[in-house]
Amino acid sequence: MTELKTEHEPPQKLAMGKSMKRKEDPRFLQGKGNYIDDINLKGQLYMALVHSPYPHANILGIDSSAAMDIPGAVAVVTAAELAAHGVGWLPTFHGLDKQMVLATGKVLFQYQEVAACYAETREAAYDMAELVDVDYEPLEVVADPFKAMKDDVLLRPDREAKTNHIYNWNVGDSAGTDAALAASDHVVREHITFPRVHAAPLEPCGCVAEFDAMGRLQFYVTSQAPHVYRTALFMVLGIPEDKIRVISPDLGGGFGNKVPVYPGYVCAIAGALVLGRPVKWIETRTENMTSSFARDYHMDIELGASKDGTLTALKVNTVADHGAFDAAADPSKYPAGMFGIVTGSYQFPHAFANLDAYFTNKQPGGVAYRCSFRVTEASYLIERAMDILADDLGMDPTELRRKNFIRKDQFPYQTPLNFVYDSGDYEHTMDVALEKIGYQDLLKEQAEKRERGELMGIGFSTFTEVTGAGPSKHFDILGIKMFDGAEIRIHPSGSGIIRTGTKSQGQGHETTWAQIVAEELGLDPQNFLVEEGDTDTAPYGLGTYASRSTPVAGGALALASRKIREKARKIAAHLLEVNEHDLEWKDYAFEVMGIPSKRVTMKEVAFAAYTNPGDNEPGLEATLYYDPPNMVFPHGTYVAVVDVDRETGETKVRRFLAVDDAGTIINPMIVEGQIHGGLTEGFAIAFMQEIAYDEAGNNLATNFTDYLVPTSLESPHWETAATCTPSPHHPIGAKSVGESPNVGSPAAFVNAVIDALSPLGVRHIDMPLTREKVWAAIRTAENESPAAD
Amino acid sequence: MTGETQRQLPDTDFAVVEAPTTLSVSVRINGKVVTRDVEARTLLVHFIREEAGLTGTHVGCDSSSCGVCTVLIDGDVPVKSCTMFAVMAHGRDVRTVESLAVGGKLHPIQQAFWDQHGLQCGYCTPGMMMTSLALLGRNPSPSEHEIREGLSGNLCRCTGYNNIVKAVQQAAEMMAPSAAPEVSHD
Ligand code: FES
Ligand code: FES
Repeated sequence: MTELKTEHEPPQKLAMGKSMKRKEDPRFLQGKGNYIDDINLKGQLYMALVHSPYPHANILGIDSSAAMDIPGAVAVVTAAELAAHGVGWLPTFHGLDKQMVLATGKVLFQYQEVAACYAETREAAYDMAELVDVDYEPLEVVADPFKAMKDDVLLRPDREAKTNHIYNWNVGDSAGTDAALAASDHVVREHITFPRVHAAPLEPCGCVAEFDAMGRLQFYVTSQAPHVYRTALFMVLGIPEDKIRVISPDLGGGFGNKVPVYPGYVCAIAGALVLGRPVKWIETRTENMTSSFARDYHMDIELGASKDGTLTALKVNTVADHGAFDAAADPSKYPAGMFGIVTGSYQFPHAFANLDAYFTNKQPGGVAYRCSFRVTEASYLIERAMDILADDLGMDPTELRRKNFIRKDQFPYQTPLNFVYDSGDYEHTMDVALEKIGYQDLLKEQAEKRERGELMGIGFSTFTEVTGAGPSKHFDILGIKMFDGAEIRIHPSGSGIIRTGTKSQGQGHETTWAQIVAEELGLDPQNFLVEEGDTDTAPYGLGTYASRSTPVAGGALALASRKIREKARKIAAHLLEVNEHDLEWKDYAFEVMGIPSKRVTMKEVAFAAYTNPGDNEPGLEATLYYDPPNMVFPHGTYVAVVDVDRETGETKVRRFLAVDDAGTIINPMIVEGQIHGGLTEGFAIAFMQEIAYDEAGNNLATNFTDYLVPTSLESPHWETAATCTPSPHHPIGAKSVGESPNVGSPAAFVNAVIDALSPLGVRHIDMPLTREKVWAAIRTAENESPAAD
Repeated sequence: MTGETQRQLPDTDFAVVEAPTTLSVSVRINGKVVTRDVEARTLLVHFIREEAGLTGTHVGCDSSSCGVCTVLIDGDVPVKSCTMFAVMAHGRDVRTVESLAVGGKLHPIQQAFWDQHGLQCGYCTPGMMMTSLALLGRNPSPSEHEIREGLSGNLCRCTGYNNIVKAVQQAAEMMAPSAAPEVSHD
């Protein structure tokens, strides 16, 4: 190992801010990743689920005799058997509803789990699932939330409240907003839908459950939040937590899809318990696609402004389609998640957001899909509305934004919808973007093209994200406060082990966490082992989703490192035979103030901690739980440049620039990679991916031929840049970035397409902007306005 | 396996499950012949993963859409191994991701994916690299568009493809016979 040479060099960062190649990659590159389906336990059974073909039906009977005739068949379990063991319903993560493990009396959505089949082989289990004979009595289907609100058909008679209405949530000043809108020179009114989508990680979910010789549940599972799973399993199954070990191995992507506890998991555990053998269940792609969803917000917006474009008020009314169960992953105090960020990057004197959620006969879920709980919907809405307003007022969309931005000297900024933004410099970030994209030249080019009747669009999004779900005064899941734990142990030779309650799904925690600790302690990041995902060894933490890992676990790691440094200081004082107050931490070593030759490195301290600690307690380790004081608010400006083919409706994204401000960046290479990935998912939402249902409640997106995700061919080439406004309250000033591109980009894409079509008078099209939809909008506009050429 | 049991099939027009037929299948995987008695309907990907114990080849969609199960057959033909029965590979050569690194030294394609940050969760990566190898076999110095076209049967949900394209470009440079003159295909 290279020794630190800092004596005669200017201070520089040891590990943080460097594009260090990922420590985890060699195993993935060699096919040695350990994903859920790579785990096989001795004597394991395989489980397959029976799914309902009907979206809404009574179950009159289930006959499993034919299934049990399959060679290798072991058991079929239905709701009745589960009930006999006291298991039937699961609490949802925010604890406001519960969800059937297996259909109890009736099915509420297509593909709902009806029975579980256990067999000696995977093939036999699937054969069994084919042969379980379920007698259904179809019921009237309510697939539309606007129909559900009439309560003609009661979907959830099991609930006390005899209505399809789940909750109303509102925030802000209703009367003041109405008055301000009434007094505004101009009010934009638009209905904007954010369609239902799915996270679709390439690795489906799955698990292997075993009760070991001690009667202890060893549960291997694709989980973004292993500790919460352990507590949830205690709640569902009544198994004490010390008798449960949850192990989340390498995850092939998650994006929110691996947050919920799915019925299949409970059935696998129940099977392992009753049958006395390990049970493996791996989802099919169709099961994955039909198990959860995100978005599905139907939003009515009113945006008021004065003649010069100064914003006066914002009012939002939303109908949310939650499907069969209210299984949204929102914290209980925020039933609509962080939708309150809907005022975006702008100063609003008045704002009011109202949301009503309804049950329908659709798949449940409401996962935080690459987004901090509904912030994607909010950002899309305000950024779309700003463009419509700019168009109405004949203003340049960037000038409208500039005029209304929260200024950098106004932070911390209290919004009318209850968030306190920590820091930001929106104007600077936008200026960087305008310059890098060459906005003035693009405007010229666009004007020329418009002369010729060609459709070119430039679309902006200057979004603010809210991440770092953690302040326990605001956030909980199942009532558990959303903190995160970090544990660091430094070994005598100066290497160490880092454990956190988060769980990487490809975000590169093994590298990033090592960099944070290395920077804080002046040790080599290559010499840290990072371990996550095993509840026996990792400290409690709420997991990785909603861009919370770096803001919360990253903070915990920095503070745990500093705790170690304080202990190290005492040992260093002993080694240097000075008072600890005479030492300063300088250039990654303890130095006697004013005497640069008298210093000890952390490596030397580490060795001494185990060999010669003086009067100090031996050892060098720390565990710390971090409960952040506030959330963090990354922001960015995204620009999309598109050409739309007037004849075919095809959109070509010619350029896309993302300028992100995520505060302090730990590994620029990893950050850039995440931005690329998020932009591609944002592109998918804008142009192709949608879980569509027909009126009869049939799910039309159950595999990758119907649910389109972009390939390398249609994905645009991404350009990125960064500005840096550190978070003032975070230990290292870090915000987060993984979800910003998915939150910020759909609006930029749609704004660009609508900008392209604006000469024809097109004002809005709901996503996804497929060729057919754009083509139809062009044809309609041309037919309606004969003036257009 | 469970081929021998006699049983009564239900009286129905659909979902007739034939008694599994067991066949002896031999496939040369990464130079080693693997012979197993398997059900005729066993997919090649399951043969590779479960019979040969090589878990680097993944399953993502089980319907030939995602490409995470891609292996090379008979040298350089990329095949989605969820699309092929194991018996169809009987007597043939299969190459998986496990064959790339030799003696602990990464293959140029692996090195390039690492250098260029061409992976995040790593689930698509083995299939992506096998397809890339086949592509470079056909076209040793592809343009960006040719790379994107060549990889369009392999999905990645994490990287957004930019860095995968760069990785393939770097691998092309690393694998080019240094003596040969550079040829541009742009
Ligand atoms: S698993 Fe073979 S193509 Fe997806
Ligand atoms: S790296 Fe995760 S799917 Fe490609």
